[in-house]
Amino acid sequence: MFNVVKAELRKMKRPSLTLVTFSIVAALSTLFTSLIFLRLGTSSNRPRGREMVQSVASMSKSDGGYYSFSLMGLFIGLIALTVFASQSSNEYTYGTLRNLLVRQPSRMKLLAGKFLAMTIFSALLTLVAAAVNISLSYLESSHGSVDTKLWMSSAAISGFLKTFGNMLLGTIGYGLVGMSLGIILKSPMSAISISLLWFMVLENILSAVLSSATKWLPGNALSAVSAGGAKIFSYQRGLVVSAVYLLIFGGAATVLFKRRDVAS
Amino acid sequence: MPPLAISVQDLSKIYGDQTAVSHATFDVPLGSVCGFVGPNGSGKTTTIRMLLGLITPSGGSGKVLGEDIGSPEKYLSKVGAMIEGPAFYPMLSGRENLKVLADLGGFSHSRVDVLLEKVGLGQRGNSKFKTYSLGMKQRLGIAAALLPNPQLLILDEPTNGLDPSGIQEIRELIKELADGGTSVFVSSHILAELEMISEYLVMLRKGKVLFSGRTQELLGRQKAITTVKPEYLVDLNKLVEMAKNFGYEPVVENGAVQIPVGPEFGATFNRAAFEAGITLSSISTQQPTLEETFFEMTGE
Repeated sequence: MFNVVKAELRKMKRPSLTLVTFSIVAALSTLFTSLIFLRLGTSSNRPRGREMVQSVASMSKSDGGYYSFSLMGLFIGLIALTVFASQSSNEYTYGTLRNLLVRQPSRMKLLAGKFLAMTIFSALLTLVAAAVNISLSYLESSHGSVDTKLWMSSAAISGFLKTFGNMLLGTIGYGLVGMSLGIILKSPMSAISISLLWFMVLENILSAVLSSATKWLPGNALSAVSAGGAKIFSYQRGLVVSAVYLLIFGGAATVLFKRRDVAS
Repeated sequence: MPPLAISVQDLSKIYGDQTAVSHATFDVPLGSVCGFVGPNGSGKTTTIRMLLGLITPSGGSGKVLGEDIGSPEKYLSKVGAMIEGPAFYPMLSGRENLKVLADLGGFSHSRVDVLLEKVGLGQRGNSKFKTYSLGMKQRLGIAAALLPNPQLLILDEPTNGLDPSGIQEIRELIKELADGGTSVFVSSHILAELEMISEYLVMLRKGKVLFSGRTQELLGRQKAITTVKPEYLVDLNKLVEMAKNFGYEPVVENGAVQIPVGPEFGATFNRAAFEAGITLSSISTQQPTLEETFFEMTGE
C-alpha cells in the first residue's frame, strides 16, 4: 500500500494541480480573512455566531486568530471533492487504470492507497488554508485594533486543533463523496458537475422548500462536521448522518471498483 | 509438453448477448515469441485483458507462468504488458509517468532512465506525454511494459504509429528479449512482422481460435504456388494444358502460369516443357505468406 501512496503522491505533486489548488485555497483564505476584518463591527454586544460580521471584542477572544479559517469548511471541502473526483475518474478517462492494475493487481490496496494519498493532499490543503488565515489575521489585527493576546493561549491552541481536526474530517468527507462519484460515473465532468450542483444549488433549494429534509441532507451534515456543529445540526448528528451517506457512496464505489471489468 | 508461459482452456467472455471470446484454448511455450492475430473485434484484446486480470472470464480457465488467472497478484510482478495502445497521464512527462509505475511496482528509478534510453526517448524523457507523437507514445508504452524486467511480455499492437525504422527497432527488441529468455505474446496487424519473429501463432476469428501452434505448421498447410513464364507468350496455352495433364488447376496471370504446387515440381515441369519445345524464361516457387494464409483462413 505504501507503494500506491507514493505513486499517487507523485502524480498529485504536478505543478498544474498543486499550484492551481493551493492558489485557490490561499486566495479564498485571503478573501475570507479580509472580509472579516473589513466588516469588523465595534459593538461588543454583537452575538457570536458563525457570521462574517464580528465585533472587535469577539475577534479578540481566543478563537479570533482562526475564526476566518473556521468558516471555510464548505469551500475547502468542495475543492477536495473536485480533486478527489478528478483523480479517481481520470484513470478511466485516460485509460491508465489498466496500467495501475497490472502493476498493483490488488484492487483494494490500490483504492485504499489512492484514498490515503488524497487524504494527505486534503490535510495539506487544510493546513495551507489555516496558515494563510492565521497569518493574515495577525497582519490585519493591528488595523482593526483587535487584541491578539489570547490568540496564542492554550485555549486558543486546543481550540484551533479541534477546529483543524473537524475541518479535515469534513474535507475528507467531501473528498470521499467526490472520489465515489468519480469511480461510479467514470467521468470527471459528470462527477464534479453533479456534486457541485447538489451541494451548492439543489441542497439549498431543498432546505428552503422542505424544512423537514434539512436535517438529513449530506451537505448540511458535512458542514456541521467541518464547523464542529451548527444551528440545525449538532456535531454528533452531523457525524452520524455523514457516516451513513459516506458508507453508502463509498460502499457502492468500492464494490464497483473491485468487480467492474476494466475494458477501456 | 514444454513448460508454458500461457495456457488457456475453454476461456470465454460474454457481454449480454455478445460473445467476445468463445471457448478459446491455446498454449504458449515458455521462452517463445508467439504472434496473436485476428481481425478487429475478434477478441484479441479481451483475451489479453483476461490474462492480465482486468476482465473476469465468463467461463473456462487459464494459467500465466503456471499461476491461475484468477490470482493475477501471483504472476503480474513477472509480466510486462502494453494493452490497446499506450495510456499515460498527459500532464506528466514520460519519465514521471514511468516513475509512477515504478513506484507502484516497487521498481528502482534507475531502471526508468535505462528503459527511456533503450526505447529511444532519452532526450525527450522530460517532455510532457501530451506532446509526444504516436510513435513516441508507443515507445513509452513499451518501456513501461519492460519495467519489471518481465519473464513474459504481452504486447497489443506494439508497432501502431511507428515508422518503418521504428517497426524494425521493435522487431529487434523483441528478438533480443526472446534471445534472453523472455516469452513474448504479441498481437499485431502487420502480419509480415509477426511472420518474421513468431515461432508460434494463435489465430482468432469472431472470438474463436482458428489455429494455435507453430507458425511453420500453419504456413505448411497452405499450398505453394509455382510460377512458370514462357519465353514466348504464344506458349502460354500449351503450358496450361501441360499443367492440367499433370492434374493441377493452373491460372494465367501477368503472362505467366501459376500452378498450385511446391518447388519439387519445378524440374519435372521444366523437362516436360523442354521436350514440348517450349523455352521457359523463369520458373519460381512462392510459399504463401502469413498474410495470405490469414486472409484465407479468416475469410476477411
